[in-house]
Amino acid sequence: MNLGNRKFVVIGIVVFIILAFIVRLFTLQISDDYWSRKAANLTERSTKIYPPRGLIYDRKGELLVANQAIYDLMMLPREVKDLDTLRFCALLKISKDEFDERLAKMRKSRGWASNKEQVFIKQIRPEDFAPIAEQLYKYPGFYGQPRTVRNYKRGIGALLLGDIGEVVQRDIDRDPYYRPGDYIGKGGIEMAYEDYLRGQKGVRFMVIDPMGRPQESFNEGDFDTLAISGQNLVSTIDSDLQAYGEYLMQHKKGSIVAIEPATGEILAMVSSPTYDPNLLVGRDRGSNYGLLQNDSLLPLYNRAIKGTYRPGSIFKMVQALIALDEDKITPQTRIACNRNLIGCHGPHTYDDLEGAIIHSCNPYFRGVMQRMVEANIKKDRFEDAAIGMSHWKERIESFGFGTALDTDVPGVNRGNVPGKKYYDKIYGEERWAFSTIYSISIGEGELLVNPLQMANLGAIIANRGYYYPPHTVKDIGGQGKLERFRTPLQTNIDPDYFETVVNAMQKVVEQDGGTARRARTPGITVCGKTGTVQNDPLPDHSVFMAFAPKENPQIAISVYVENAGFGGTWAAPIASLMIEQYINDSISDPRKEQRIIDQHFFD
Amino acid sequence: MQRGRDIRKNIDWLSIGIYAALVICGWIAIYSASFSEAHPEIWDMGMPYGKQLLWMGICALVALFTLNIEGEFFNRFSPIIYLSVTVMLVLVLLIGKKVGGARSWFAIGSFAIQPSEFAKMATGLFLAYFINTSGVKFKSFTNRLQVFGIVAIPAGLILLQPDAGTVLVFLGFIFAMYREGLSGNILIIGFASLILGVVSIIMGANVVEYPWFGEQSGIFYVGLGILALAALGFLGVKLLVLPRNRKRTNLIVLASLFGALIFSGGVYTGIEQILKPHQKERIYILFGLEVNNPDADYNIRHAKAAIGSGGWRGKGVLEGPMTRYNFVPEQNTDFIFCTIGEEWGFIGSVFVLLLFATLILRLLFLAERQRSQFSRVYGYCVASILFMHVLINIGMVIGLAPVIGIPLPFFSYGGSSLLGFTLLIFIMLRLDSERFSVFR
Ligand SMILES: [Zn+2]
Repeated sequence: MNLGNRKFVVIGIVVFIILAFIVRLFTLQISDDYWSRKAANLTERSTKIYPPRGLIYDRKGELLVANQAIYDLMMLPREVKDLDTLRFCALLKISKDEFDERLAKMRKSRGWASNKEQVFIKQIRPEDFAPIAEQLYKYPGFYGQPRTVRNYKRGIGALLLGDIGEVVQRDIDRDPYYRPGDYIGKGGIEMAYEDYLRGQKGVRFMVIDPMGRPQESFNEGDFDTLAISGQNLVSTIDSDLQAYGEYLMQHKKGSIVAIEPATGEILAMVSSPTYDPNLLVGRDRGSNYGLLQNDSLLPLYNRAIKGTYRPGSIFKMVQALIALDEDKITPQTRIACNRNLIGCHGPHTYDDLEGAIIHSCNPYFRGVMQRMVEANIKKDRFEDAAIGMSHWKERIESFGFGTALDTDVPGVNRGNVPGKKYYDKIYGEERWAFSTIYSISIGEGELLVNPLQMANLGAIIANRGYYYPPHTVKDIGGQGKLERFRTPLQTNIDPDYFETVVNAMQKVVEQDGGTARRARTPGITVCGKTGTVQNDPLPDHSVFMAFAPKENPQIAISVYVENAGFGGTWAAPIASLMIEQYINDSISDPRKEQRIIDQHFFD
Repeated sequence: MQRGRDIRKNIDWLSIGIYAALVICGWIAIYSASFSEAHPEIWDMGMPYGKQLLWMGICALVALFTLNIEGEFFNRFSPIIYLSVTVMLVLVLLIGKKVGGARSWFAIGSFAIQPSEFAKMATGLFLAYFINTSGVKFKSFTNRLQVFGIVAIPAGLILLQPDAGTVLVFLGFIFAMYREGLSGNILIIGFASLILGVVSIIMGANVVEYPWFGEQSGIFYVGLGILALAALGFLGVKLLVLPRNRKRTNLIVLASLFGALIFSGGVYTGIEQILKPHQKERIYILFGLEVNNPDADYNIRHAKAAIGSGGWRGKGVLEGPMTRYNFVPEQNTDFIFCTIGEEWGFIGSVFVLLLFATLILRLLFLAERQRSQFSRVYGYCVASILFMHVLINIGMVIGLAPVIGIPLPFFSYGGSSLLGFTLLIFIMLRLDSERFSVFR
């Protein structure tokens, strides 16, 4: 046997092994990225950088909504080791049971993974977090993540401003920008202007050590993106007026909406009862929210935009304006107060238009409506009524009734203006005529409007025929307001026709025996109209709509006080105080104010 | 003797070049694996890279010194070297310092010496001396027993430390013996055992319920398989082998049958019953078997991730996050190849592998060109030891061998290891430089 040949066996084995190793290295390093992804998972962590949310100022530049730092206590389950649970609980001031409960809840949540950070306790105030932070190094796997939440400087306008809360799955599905745990605006300005306020999240990639501690920025920060701050907003709200409105409305259910007619800017929007928006910030948000939600007075319900009421007599002015423009009547037209057709109050028998508005004459406006609905186009009175109604409805809608106003306030109710379709559904096609539906002529029947639409009517009359969609934000990051709030919407009613109506409204307030005597305001010509919305079996709602001053109006307002009776008793004086506060920045008659404050419709 | 006088002329500069390249690469890897912002100076004696630099200096002197010793000295003194190392191996068991569960170090001041690193060199020298002087042809049983004893005594002492990795390295001497005439069957038997062992481990560990024998009965099926193969063997003998040889061949098949059954059963019992849980886990992890303890494969998972993240060109020296932040344990010693993989990438890893391959093959070439059997056997021993280290260490970190603690020559931090390999190689280079002057 030639032993010399055996060297080839040995060399063969060596070469074979080295080649096998090279092939193995190739699969580990080149052909399969499983292990490199694994390494990235182990060594890199991306941290979201939350930009500061935009601030909200009032129309005079006063800061309404600011940010405050708060901490989420985060947990990275993989890194938690040798946890002394009892001492940890003592540090966090929670019970062992609560600790176990939180852990169990976390494990069940969708986002659970041992290598993904979890929120262990949300929104700990800085003063509470400082002592925790000092001890946190003893508990690997736990760390604080700074967040910012809102701080409401004056505690007013809770529903108007809205608040922020964690995104729900629906938000994430709709916009992939959001990740679980992100905040999003809920309601009000926070919700409507979410895209401007939130800014742009940044991300920072860090290299971490095996304990999960960040060591250096990954790839010299080449993949990091900067957070872009949210844009500041200037709201249209006059915070003094808003605060005053909330003050006046205490112990009353209802709403106040004040609009600047020349721009459509909402000066105040009060829904009562209200609450301090700071209640919904921080650790107690959940429990406070529950309390508000279960409150029988519905403080979370924005009556100013969601509450719908029959417009009552105030609607007569809309009827008058349309009838004038349709040439169905003139200011001199007189109609007999025939109380057999429909009830009426007061000593009058045969009013012209101005008188009919001042006396709120029901038969007069029944007659006006009849002229519009019975258009005399078709012989058949049913067919004829259908044509008349359709045209009438169109014109009513140009006042913003029965349609969702193109506002930036989320969740507005459109109200209801019945038309042909509506009545066809109830009575059947060509089964109804004017005599069936006449109650809507005086603002009763199936008509429904909300307080915002009513204030907007004040603005339309103040402007003599046009309005800007009412809105709550006048400037976004120095770029002005949204485009859609810069173009007026026309009712196409000749401005001249407004004079009769405006004069009548002035007399409603100023004439001796006018229904809105309590709306008189020293030095300011207030034009207004009371409404009393029947609400059987409960007491009527007290309603008042007004604008002031008569020439060059600065404010249009609607006031609703639920179950408070006649419109002139409560709604009118509240409107007057609001107008005086806004225009004069002071109240001349403290007794008038005191009378309102003293009145409690609930405790 | 005249022609061998000038060492510089006859010395194998290629081997020295590869040696130097490996040591330098090794130092860079150690620097990266133990780097600390606070101590960036390469000569900082408080840091592994500083100490390693000192050891490199010592090794250079030792190498120079070794090259100037007559080759005859190593031949003559090999029994004494072997004996003194054996004594040291006994002593270390008695007065050695326990590090990581093994009593394998002599602590001298702040430095520590590991006698097992020198046992490889001593055993190689004495094996070469014995085969050379006694004219062993591996024919007689006594012969084989003597040679086995020479390897088994130090290996057994090292096993008592315990240091299973170094013991495995001693298996490498089989290559040298094979070259000198040990039956090739031993390699075939070894290869067959490896396959049978792997099958036994996988089948034995399977908790799947097999028919008839119940849960964890996979090993019975291995037995059935062996019986079936033996039956085929007997049938083959009857059909293919000449009648006069049948009896002998049948005996071989029968012996293989019993050998295989005992081996397979032994492996199974050994792993399931005798090995400690963590050792069993290491073997299970290697074969991708289910392990109850989720942290058991932590090391090897992180090692693979580190290497895998290297890509073609690696992350660059000091730029690999897994190396930088110590994701892999023992990464400047046993797991140092992870640093190469992560920071030097596929290109760097293959370069290092090729350096090793070239050195091993070059040593085999040097061994083959010796006229003296002593030098040839020793050369084979050196190449084999180097090969076993590379096989076990790199095989481990890339997940082809179980986790066994063993240094990667020239790379793993540690003076004894570097000094041991330096001696191992430079003795061979000195012997090689005298190849023309020796006639025996
Ligand atoms: Zn009347």
